[in-house]
Amino acid sequence: MSKFTMHILVCGGTGCISSQSNEIVEQLKFHINAANMSEEVQVLKTGCFGFCEKGPVVKILPDNTFYVQVTPEDAEELVKEHIVKGRKVERLLYSDPTTEKKVSDSKHMDFYKKQMRVALRNCGFIDPDNIEEYIARDGYSALGQALSMTQQEVIDEVKKSGLRGRGGGGFPTGLKWEFAYKNEADQKYVVCNADEGDPGAFMDRSILEGDPHSVVEAMAICGYAIGATQGLVYIRAEYPLAIKRLEKAIKDAREYGLLGKNILGSDLEFDIEIKFGAGAFVCGEETALIHSMEGMRGEPTTKPPFPAASGYWAKPTNVNNVETFANIPVIFLKGADWFASIGTEKSKGTKVFALAGKINNVGLIEVPMGITLREVIYDIGGGIKDGKKFKSVQTGGPSGGCLTEKDLDTPIDFDNLIAKGSMMGSGGMIVMDEDDCMPAVAKFYLEFTEEESCGKCTPCRVGTKRLLEILEKITQGKGTMEDIDTLRELSHVIKDTALCGLGQTAPNPILSTLDIFYDEYVAHIKDKKCPAGQCNALLQYKITDKCIGCTACARVCPTNAISGAVKQKHLIDQEKCIKCGACMDKCKFAAIIKE
Amino acid sequence: MSCESCKNELANELYAQLAKFIDELPEKRGALISVLHKAQSIFGYLPREVQIFVGKKLGVPVSQVYGVVSFYSFFTMIPKGKYPISVCLGTACYVRGADKVLDVFKRELGIEVGQTTADGKFSLDALRCVGACGLAPVVLVGEKVYGRIGTAEEVKKIIAEYQE
Repeated sequence: MSKFTMHILVCGGTGCISSQSNEIVEQLKFHINAANMSEEVQVLKTGCFGFCEKGPVVKILPDNTFYVQVTPEDAEELVKEHIVKGRKVERLLYSDPTTEKKVSDSKHMDFYKKQMRVALRNCGFIDPDNIEEYIARDGYSALGQALSMTQQEVIDEVKKSGLRGRGGGGFPTGLKWEFAYKNEADQKYVVCNADEGDPGAFMDRSILEGDPHSVVEAMAICGYAIGATQGLVYIRAEYPLAIKRLEKAIKDAREYGLLGKNILGSDLEFDIEIKFGAGAFVCGEETALIHSMEGMRGEPTTKPPFPAASGYWAKPTNVNNVETFANIPVIFLKGADWFASIGTEKSKGTKVFALAGKINNVGLIEVPMGITLREVIYDIGGGIKDGKKFKSVQTGGPSGGCLTEKDLDTPIDFDNLIAKGSMMGSGGMIVMDEDDCMPAVAKFYLEFTEEESCGKCTPCRVGTKRLLEILEKITQGKGTMEDIDTLRELSHVIKDTALCGLGQTAPNPILSTLDIFYDEYVAHIKDKKCPAGQCNALLQYKITDKCIGCTACARVCPTNAISGAVKQKHLIDQEKCIKCGACMDKCKFAAIIKE
Repeated sequence: MSCESCKNELANELYAQLAKFIDELPEKRGALISVLHKAQSIFGYLPREVQIFVGKKLGVPVSQVYGVVSFYSFFTMIPKGKYPISVCLGTACYVRGADKVLDVFKRELGIEVGQTTADGKFSLDALRCVGACGLAPVVLVGEKVYGRIGTAEEVKKIIAEYQE
């Protein structure tokens, strides 16, 4: 076996692959070979580093040098300078946005300083396609440990850790396992929910792409604890890379005797099958997910019976989300007490967030529970993009709500977020600035839930449609003040009467924005104005005196709404204008404004 | 050989491929969705005839097959264009202006979401989050990802890339 003295890690997450990280790996390997160093230097494609904003990311070990926005053409220089001569390539280093100084290694980057990686412990460190790298980092030893305990002891350990479901519900995981354990049956199932449907959240995908074995191992532990021999992963068909890596992980685990019969020489029998989703948000709900795995429409049913009593093919079934599972091996490796020492009183451990929107450092982060929003947005996230003013952060996706300036110092945990009118959800965190119109954001989420409503119960099927229609009226400047009352009343009725979580939480984005940004709704209704300048129907494009009459805008206008002679100020015919903004994009003199 | 019979021969071969997949399933119970995934990958879409075939082969009422096909957004009953275009409308892309990017595509191609251009070249879809939020707003043509699409000009450039 070769003894590598240096490792070049290249991010192989979906974001970085979209910007050519595969080609970078090939080029690096080519130049390492050319330099005759393939015995000493290993080039690895790893899972997501989290720093998606500056992808593709290349990290060099042992010195942790962190290169950003690397292109395949840079590979030669990286090898010749850094690897051969030991000189860092300055121009590719990350530069701190405030001090503008180059940061040479990842340990000194603000983005990583406040993070704590538990669920993502291996993402960006190992080759996800190589089971031996996982094993080298204590992989599958948690399973061995669990097998030396009784089933009840395993469950008690998970209970003691205080781990709560990371998919959104926040239900205590150990308790859930116990329910499934206590329900006796000839066959039980362990299900991993990898149907990440929240738009703007991609933590589950990143875990499966970067560290699939952690999920495989955790499912086997769960199988032992509750007495199930069959595991199923329900995954979105839209995640081809995650599927590929998971399939490989399952296959390798079988070959190593870590899945199948007599696992690690014990009596444990456990295997995993992959089931594909087909794009339905409601399938994130346990009962809907189970129906979808059975090949039916993914419609939810009332609980009880809970899946722990009657789930997949009416057998006791334990459903946990990907991130929840990824935490399990660590609980056994480091102990439940260690895990419970992180976080707040009722929310233990860490949480992975997909930080996105109008923020400088878009990416995947993992932070201890109890960290404040301010630390997440300003320290890790690097503040708001283009120096704009922070307005709000949306958590919990289509089921969640908004937090604002005044909530910046609240410690983030399950209960605090609910108390503030939002929720943890699966971990999407979308940052918005002064240019975002909140009624329009509420409308965006309602468009989503209305489309994703499965149609089984009336409050959700019809109710979300009516809510959306009212929001459309308001954002077009045709709303009345009575509409606000109707929005509120209808929202509460839907919350109280819808069948499943999708419907019950669908009105949250409306209620939350109505509470916090009431004035914006009023401005749309009474003044027929969109303060953020987003709602097209309430805006007019105008040409100012800066216009020099170059005719570029008139030529680009798809409806010929712009007239004017060469070298004279042009004019927009408001009747013809469809407000597409093409003229504003085209104008080199910033002469076109919208107001 | 007339062109009509070429077509039939091709279709027969595709059906045979699907039949083989179904026959080799270890368990037919609960397999409807995976069979439809396979069928769509073979035929490109799920027309009525394919749905009837799947129903018969699995012993499931066609109404149930249609119920499943129409429920899930991944399944389509209309053939996609040669170059399927998908605009990400996940929240991260939305707040960075993806809805406006989608409008430009609609205008430039003259089709709505879910439709295919008359020449069969492009189809347009909106999808929710490909997980490349760092590149928002994101557009996919087939499996190729285009990131940070901001202006109408950039949209036109993408379309032009696929015009022969």
